Amino acid sequence: MSKDRDMSQALLDQVNQALRLGTALRIQGGNSKAMLGRPVTGELVDTRNHRGIVSYDPTELVITARAGTPLLEIEAALHEAGQMLPCEPPHLGVEATLGGAVAAGLSGPRRPWAGAVRDYVLGTRVITGHGKLLRFGGEVMKNVAGYDVSRLMAGSFGCLGLLTEVSLKVLPQPRQCLSLCLPMGRQQALAALAEWGQQPLPISAACHDGEALYLRLEGGEGSVQSARQRLGGDELDSGFWHDLREQRLAFFDDPAPLWRLSVPIASGALNLPGRQLIDWGGAQRWLKSSASAQSLRAAVAQVGGHVTGYAPGEDSSAPLPAALLRYHRALKQQLDPQGIFNPGRLYPDL
Amino acid sequence: MNILYDERVDGALPAVDLPALLQALHQALPDLAILHRAEDLKPYECDGLSAYRTVPLLVVLPERLEQVQTLLQLCHQRGVPVVARGAGTGLSGGALPLAKGILLVMARFNRILEINAQGRFARVQPGVRNLAISQAAAPHGLYYAPDPSSQIACTIGGNVAENAGGVHCLKYGLTVHNLLKVEMLTVEGERLTLGSDALDSPGFDLLALFTGSEGMLGIITEVTVKLLPKPQVARVLLASFDCVEDAGRAVAEIIAAGIIPGGLEMMDNLAIRAAEDFIHAGYPVDAAAILLCELDGVEADVHDDCQRVAAVLTQAGAREVRLACDEAERARFWAGRKNAFPAVGRISPDYYCMDGTIPRRELPRVLKGISELSEQYGLRVANVFHAGDGNMHPLILFDANRPGELERAEAIGGKILELCVAVGGSITGEHGVGREKINQMCTQFNRDEITLFHAVKAAFDPQGLLNPGKNIPTLHRCAEFGALHVHHGQLPFPELERF
Repeated sequence: MSKDRDMSQALLDQVNQALRLGTALRIQGGNSKAMLGRPVTGELVDTRNHRGIVSYDPTELVITARAGTPLLEIEAALHEAGQMLPCEPPHLGVEATLGGAVAAGLSGPRRPWAGAVRDYVLGTRVITGHGKLLRFGGEVMKNVAGYDVSRLMAGSFGCLGLLTEVSLKVLPQPRQCLSLCLPMGRQQALAALAEWGQQPLPISAACHDGEALYLRLEGGEGSVQSARQRLGGDELDSGFWHDLREQRLAFFDDPAPLWRLSVPIASGALNLPGRQLIDWGGAQRWLKSSASAQSLRAAVAQVGGHVTGYAPGEDSSAPLPAALLRYHRALKQQLDPQGIFNPGRLYPDL
Repeated sequence: MNILYDERVDGALPAVDLPALLQALHQALPDLAILHRAEDLKPYECDGLSAYRTVPLLVVLPERLEQVQTLLQLCHQRGVPVVARGAGTGLSGGALPLAKGILLVMARFNRILEINAQGRFARVQPGVRNLAISQAAAPHGLYYAPDPSSQIACTIGGNVAENAGGVHCLKYGLTVHNLLKVEMLTVEGERLTLGSDALDSPGFDLLALFTGSEGMLGIITEVTVKLLPKPQVARVLLASFDCVEDAGRAVAEIIAAGIIPGGLEMMDNLAIRAAEDFIHAGYPVDAAAILLCELDGVEADVHDDCQRVAAVLTQAGAREVRLACDEAERARFWAGRKNAFPAVGRISPDYYCMDGTIPRRELPRVLKGISELSEQYGLRVANVFHAGDGNMHPLILFDANRPGELERAEAIGGKILELCVAVGGSITGEHGVGREKINQMCTQFNRDEITLFHAVKAAFDPQGLLNPGKNIPTLHRCAEFGALHVHHGQLPFPELERF
């Protein structure tokens, strides 16, 4: 029996009641991204009953689904048609929902080559801080009418409104996929990635764990095979990338706090206390370290990057420059004047 | 309804004491280039949408960030509207001046600040031309992917403001997909950095919000774009069809075969004939439609995909499929498409270019609707179509010297956009709303959605001094536009479901 249900009216009613009573709302799907941001106190809005794929036409390369739809269900439907979400959003829990994936804005190992979640968002339906269910963007590839409110929702952690439906661009799965393991040191791996990045090689994921460089090649038969010949190394089970995305590699077992470092792709090796795992071809570094957030942030800012803590609390979201924070507040004030949506999830007073 | 700024429906603009403003500008910015004589202002009265003209109050041509900053502070204090402009190639009137506003021309910010091959980015000033970035990156085997057809002239600042597209969007994305960072000045002259040198940045994705905001939220002062490795090879297939529906189906079949072409363009018979007459590209002038399919990437993959696509095209009913035999022929095939607009300009005294997007499956229905409208209004329409991503460019042929034809062209253009919205599409895929489609915004969005857009604007520019009247209509304008509709009778295409 289908579990698909359109509960948008109930969600709208709940928001309108919160607006009348001035109640803060804590928006939650599968609660799989609770380690990010700050804890929110408020009445629970559970999106999981509002679920189901609304439309999916593989030849249009667009899928539209309700926010509470499990990511697994979306991926299964795409897989059946030979397609995929190129940004590979991490689930971090079996109950992860589409709405949560978009609101968190996290992207998997293909990010530097294929783009982030926000790059695939074509349209959204959003319940706003004025108690209206509105539609932005749509199901077409190109749409520059009005401000891009849909992409603004990606990564906003529900602080600007309640997502009820999302349309995403999807792509065909690559014809060939092959993963490699090349033993080499960190410096050598980063230098090789910097060089290969300037060449039309079919690399779609690159990770280094201190011992070896792991590469995924995706494309047509010809390009994948010729790159494989050229790069050498041993073949690797492609499940590695799933484990990396879901933080299931042995690296993540270390009990020290986990930090995500987002840095310019050619930053080179970063000398920081703790253990590091390089992802995104160098643009994302996972760090297991007991160092203070402040000291890590200062070091990473030197190379033009920022640090996210993967434990709920004050140290999770990277701080914003004062001027930028002021415009964040102005935007929040305009779109959620009563401050009912996930107050404080990203920053205090936001 | 007139699309020039109308204070009655678009909102009152503050009166400006021109001599006092000029004096203040001279005093605060003694070395700023300011144009104020009628003959100097005239060349700036329009952008690429030349049917609409307004002579600006003043034109300023700053060369340094501090000048722009001081100018904005001064205008903010005095309540003077500011319209930003790059090369002025935009097709929707996004840089159409205001009689009571300053036109801020950013074209002199034309330096490429950094090409970083290892980091795969280019850091440039906003007045740098789109193509100049790819030219500067070429020695490293890199390029900047978005390629609007005006790329030899248009500036990157304008591209960001309009979220410009081009013929390779399906595979390589729009401007928004190819940016890392934008440095901007707020209406108060405060510096903000949106995005970062990394692939993401903390907080809300203001870079995404800002891209395509048409100069309404801030002034761009520096742009960092991503560079990509140049594909090894590119090949083009030209397929001719006896009916447009088959061509439309062929597009869906190519996608269904798991192939994302670098470019996938369609032209209808009128566009084919105009282009062939002008460029002699070797197009079949008796075909109902042609498809141009470009496949790019690594040699071996491109070779295989060409064979796959050729088979799909034949299967879908193409009567002929030709692979460009060499680089010269490939360039010729593309020249016909890239010159389709001027080619149409040769067969008609004037033409009006539309920019709607639709779900691709609706193509046959929309083309039929356009041809019915064409008959009804007595104006020819040539269709050029970014078929891969559903972006249509119907070209309405008219003669502005014949009384009433411009108005008829505008009217049919509006109807075509409303048709796009009715089938689930958008009134603009890449040209922007500007002034041109300000009325049709009222068709695509309801009053609550438009109200939310105004709230976004208010977060950055509460007084509404940056590019007033563009992109988002006032509710007053929508009310008048809606009233006009009812007055003229039924909504278009009553048989279509509205959503």
